Amino acid sequence: MKQSKLHTLYEKDMTKKILASLLSILIGLVVGSIIIAAVGFSNPELGASSVWDGIRIVFAGLFSTGRTASGVLTWGFNSTNFGNMLFRATPLIMTGLSVAVAFKTGLFNIGAPGQYLMGTLVSLCIALGIPSSSVAPWLIWILAFLGGVAAGAVWGAIPGALKAFLNINEVLASIMTNWLAANLVTWMFDISNFKNLVENTKSGYIYKTTYNDVATAKLGLDKLFPNSQVNAGILVAILFAIGMYILMNKTTLGYELKACGMNRHSARYAGIRDKRNIVLSMAIAGGLAGGGAALYYLSGNTEFFWSTYQTLPAEGFNGIPVALLAVNNPIAVIFTAIFMSVLDIAGLQLTNLTAYNEYITDVIIAAIVYLSAFSLVIRMLLDGRKKKRKSGDTPADDQPVEPAQSLGDPDLHPDPAITDPDADAPVAEGGEQA
Amino acid sequence: MSFLIQQTLIYAVPLMIVALAGVFAERSGIINLALEGIMIFGAFIGVLFVRQMQGVDTFIAAKAAGDWGTLQGLVLLAMLVSAAMGALFSLLLSFASINLRADQTIGGTALNLLAPALVLFFIRIIANQNTLNMASGDSASWFMIKKSTLGIDKSVDLGFFGETFVNKVYLATYVCILLFIILSILLYKTRFGLRLRACGENPQAADSLGINVYKMRYAGTTISGALAGMGGFVYALTTANCSSNGDVAGFGFLALAVMIFGNWKPLNIAGASLLFGLFKCIAAAYTSLDINGDGVYLLAQIGISAHFYQMLPYLITIIVLAFTSKSSRAPKAEGIPYDKGSR
Repeated sequence: MKQSKLHTLYEKDMTKKILASLLSILIGLVVGSIIIAAVGFSNPELGASSVWDGIRIVFAGLFSTGRTASGVLTWGFNSTNFGNMLFRATPLIMTGLSVAVAFKTGLFNIGAPGQYLMGTLVSLCIALGIPSSSVAPWLIWILAFLGGVAAGAVWGAIPGALKAFLNINEVLASIMTNWLAANLVTWMFDISNFKNLVENTKSGYIYKTTYNDVATAKLGLDKLFPNSQVNAGILVAILFAIGMYILMNKTTLGYELKACGMNRHSARYAGIRDKRNIVLSMAIAGGLAGGGAALYYLSGNTEFFWSTYQTLPAEGFNGIPVALLAVNNPIAVIFTAIFMSVLDIAGLQLTNLTAYNEYITDVIIAAIVYLSAFSLVIRMLLDGRKKKRKSGDTPADDQPVEPAQSLGDPDLHPDPAITDPDADAPVAEGGEQA
Repeated sequence: MSFLIQQTLIYAVPLMIVALAGVFAERSGIINLALEGIMIFGAFIGVLFVRQMQGVDTFIAAKAAGDWGTLQGLVLLAMLVSAAMGALFSLLLSFASINLRADQTIGGTALNLLAPALVLFFIRIIANQNTLNMASGDSASWFMIKKSTLGIDKSVDLGFFGETFVNKVYLATYVCILLFIILSILLYKTRFGLRLRACGENPQAADSLGINVYKMRYAGTTISGALAGMGGFVYALTTANCSSNGDVAGFGFLALAVMIFGNWKPLNIAGASLLFGLFKCIAAAYTSLDINGDGVYLLAQIGISAHFYQMLPYLITIIVLAFTSKSSRAPKAEGIPYDKGSR
């Protein structure tokens, strides 16, 4: 009885999506570990114990609490790590939502970094520009947040409009608007008077918003996770995720946006204004990314490095893996963003505690994105496994790509049940030739 | 004026060769969004190779003796190595998009994320900082062709042509131009080129005539990876003083724009990359640009912010795309995974 219940759970599409994402994460972590092992073993100064430390931190960096005097890693619940993890997840939820909403409407929003930067610019300028002596700080906070959202929306609408009216590839246009934003933000902060020249030990930063008494409310979260940066921003981000879920799945607007994503021309044939909807979905995506930046920088304990014309913020790009892992489901974005943030913390611990550095987490993220590119294939793979177990056939564990190649195109086999596991063999031979 | 032309060429040539890399991939039917990542990877490999070779006795002796022939050989070798590794790196994209029929945009994005991460991870371990430089000296003193390297006295005036194209140049620039011409002929005048282009337009028809579409697409993407890797190293050598920091400032994406602006045709691409090279050059060197040689630095004196010039190449890209997108004609089958069954 229990067996069959498990089985029906496994049959569900949702379960397969989650399993595929978990598999991607696992493979990503293994890739990271392999690189650590390769570097560690080839370098005589590092050796096996450092490799073992590195791999443990990659998998469980969140629970790492440091090293003892004798150099042994210690583990346990670390409230600073947990609070910071939630704080760092806040912008990732927003940028992940941004990419996911665009994906749902058939657009690839690689412009999240630029929208994020524009959100940073406007929200910081409002938060520092309106004197808190004349306006209540909470009102400034709201204005700054809305300003950030609006700036991101405008920046997202530009590639949207270029796509809708001039049919310019939104990926290329977004990349250009990213670099435009990076230069524009540097330019604007360069001529502004928000540069923190008082603390000369670290130059190139903008004032924290607490300089003007503006900061996100903590709502007691700081008591829950003492010594960390956590604040109510995470709750705002979660509310946005729920709001996006409702918008995309329960409203006419969401339906129209998705219809345009499926097929722009047939949507127009059905009386949906496709051009308006493309611009709108990019504006929504941009607004979310801009809002993420506002939540991050209005926290009151983060500083913005303003000379950013040569770098784009990682929070923007990491929205892509967050959305891909979540299979563009707004609710799932909350969890995948938290996972990304856990990886982030692990990366920091890696830099602090071992000879390796935080870039290994970027490698892991890249590996996950790479796997997401053929997530459909992985899902097919899970399908193939299940059928083999059912028919009592010997599982082909040695060549996991086999069934993927034969089932790669969903149009070919609309009903996976039709495919005979025996059919794998000839195609696999063809695959080896190619 | 000759400074302006030289600087423009320095920026235009990597753009040109990387845009051609894009053409080879897209003409065979694969969207290579990973050009940026492959450039970053190629730049790292090339710089690392040069750095290692600087410790080899042959090259130390050559540098000491002023034997510039051997040093130019080192540059060519580094270009070859970075091309080979770029090709190897691009196999990740071709495997995903040809064998696994993955989404090519996401696959390319993954490579764009992977390259800087890997490169920075290793640079941090090798150099203990975020930039990998040459082991000693700089690219100008090691690899630049000057009057002195050719045995000509510094006071001799070579004339406008000589001063522009012979003095203070890199051999890599001319190698790239030569390669560009050869590969353009390969793409348009040979049987291989015709077959490759057929796979990007109508792979079903090509397959029915006995062409192996998978093989041709692998060939296109691999050539693309090799060119992008080499272009990345040439970029690092000529504009970044032979250093690698996991970044090529969006050059790979600019190359994609150049490719679209050039309508996937080599001659137009050469023209487009000169235009973009000019704007990149203005952005990088406007303070020292003396256009007509009268000692007046016009662009610096207008008083427009440096950031504006930095924005120009990207702004121009968008404007140019806006004007040309209506008439652009992409290869018909690009981005669509080929499936024998759907013939």
